[in-house]
Amino acid sequence: MQLLDKSGTLTLDADFLERVKQASGQPLDLCYQCEKCSSGCPAAEFMDLHPNQIVRYIQYGASDLVLRSESIWLCSSCETCGARCPNGINMAEVMDVCREMALSRGIARGKRIVLFHRIFLDTVKSQGRMHEVLLLGKYKLMSGQLLNDLLVGAKMFLKGKLAILPPRLRGREQVRQIFSRTSRRRGGTS
Amino acid sequence: MNVKYYPGCSLHSTAKEYDESTKAVFSAFELDIPEVSDWNCCGATSAHSTNGQLGIALAARNLAQADAEGADLVVAPCAACYSRLKKAAHHIRRRDSIRQMSEHALDYRFSRVPEVENLLEFMHRRITAAAIERKVKQPLKLKLACYYGCLLLRPAEVTGVADPENPRMMEDIMEALGASCVRWSYRTECCGANLSLTSSRLVVAMVKPIVAAAIDAGADAIVTACPLCQANLEMRRSSSQRIPVFYFTELMGVALGLHGTRRWLARHLVSTKMVFEKLKAGVEA
Repeated sequence: MQLLDKSGTLTLDADFLERVKQASGQPLDLCYQCEKCSSGCPAAEFMDLHPNQIVRYIQYGASDLVLRSESIWLCSSCETCGARCPNGINMAEVMDVCREMALSRGIARGKRIVLFHRIFLDTVKSQGRMHEVLLLGKYKLMSGQLLNDLLVGAKMFLKGKLAILPPRLRGREQVRQIFSRTSRRRGGTS
Repeated sequence: MNVKYYPGCSLHSTAKEYDESTKAVFSAFELDIPEVSDWNCCGATSAHSTNGQLGIALAARNLAQADAEGADLVVAPCAACYSRLKKAAHHIRRRDSIRQMSEHALDYRFSRVPEVENLLEFMHRRITAAAIERKVKQPLKLKLACYYGCLLLRPAEVTGVADPENPRMMEDIMEALGASCVRWSYRTECCGANLSLTSSRLVVAMVKPIVAAAIDAGADAIVTACPLCQANLEMRRSSSQRIPVFYFTELMGVALGLHGTRRWLARHLVSTKMVFEKLKAGVEA
């Protein structure tokens, strides 16, 4: 069920809270806005919505605001918020659920980060392991960020920190099977 | 006890010196700990951030490989790999739906899910600081800032760490080597992890104060137990910050006089020379 707030500017999604609670297993209705999560969050200063605001908007059912935020992608899953929450809400689990929902609805912001995750997982799917040269090369080409970190990359190469040949797993087929037999949590739309 | 080693992708490339120093420490204590055979990527941040099931199942394949070889325990030096394996083991043991999902994805039935420990915890708990102290050849007369970052500690209900805001494992080991550890307040802050590539501005803002706090506390060097922490603290600092960043196993190599130490340290992006000059001056004085 979708509702509009009184001013007609915000679409509210009445069972969003339930769906996020269910998918994350976190007691989100216990939050009383002490803001410990946001105070300890090392990425908060760069976020459009702070972690405590995300919880509040989830309680409201403002799924669009949450799932279209850049914050959910800037969270590095450091788990400081969850470690300090007096109500035992593991916010990192909530962030994971929101990211999955944003992707399944096709409304994910944080384009470069999403691109990075996709290329990373494509590499794992084809090789079974991560391979930095392949990953970095592809990411640079696809993101257009060709010149960033060239010096440090060259230095790493010279120091023998980058393996040239990609790894080969005997169990590559099984790894591919894992990709085909797992799926993203849905529930972003009502 | 049957123990297997899960190096993870970084230890075969950017963090080769962490892999080599870990193996050197294992041999110094006459521990024969082979790699989990045909291990795969743990899925890292990318899997759990975009597909929770994939995140669990990729990590679970490594637990299954270890289980098939009869392992009781898997040791992971990388904090991110450790976190993925530990979480997968935690959820598979406790939630039937997750066990079923993983077993279906893998076509494998767990006889039992092996325990997972990170390398720091393993050395602290199984080798012990006292045994390490007995092997010291050159006491490490240095002031060190021990840096844990996030995932070795959090979430405590999964890692089982008693004091995630004020851990002691690394300090205990460094003090056993003869070092003194400074008191500072950024030990458990996040280094920015995998955002380093996509949002380097943000990671610089996270790393600079960490490195500055270690310098302010009077440390000669920062010690880490994670390849992402080590790389970010070296690469995303301000260019005026010169303090070197070691893996804790490298410093064990220095103090225990292990073969290969120089080769590991030559791979660092930030020179480790000033630390050795200080050590040498200490010996001559």
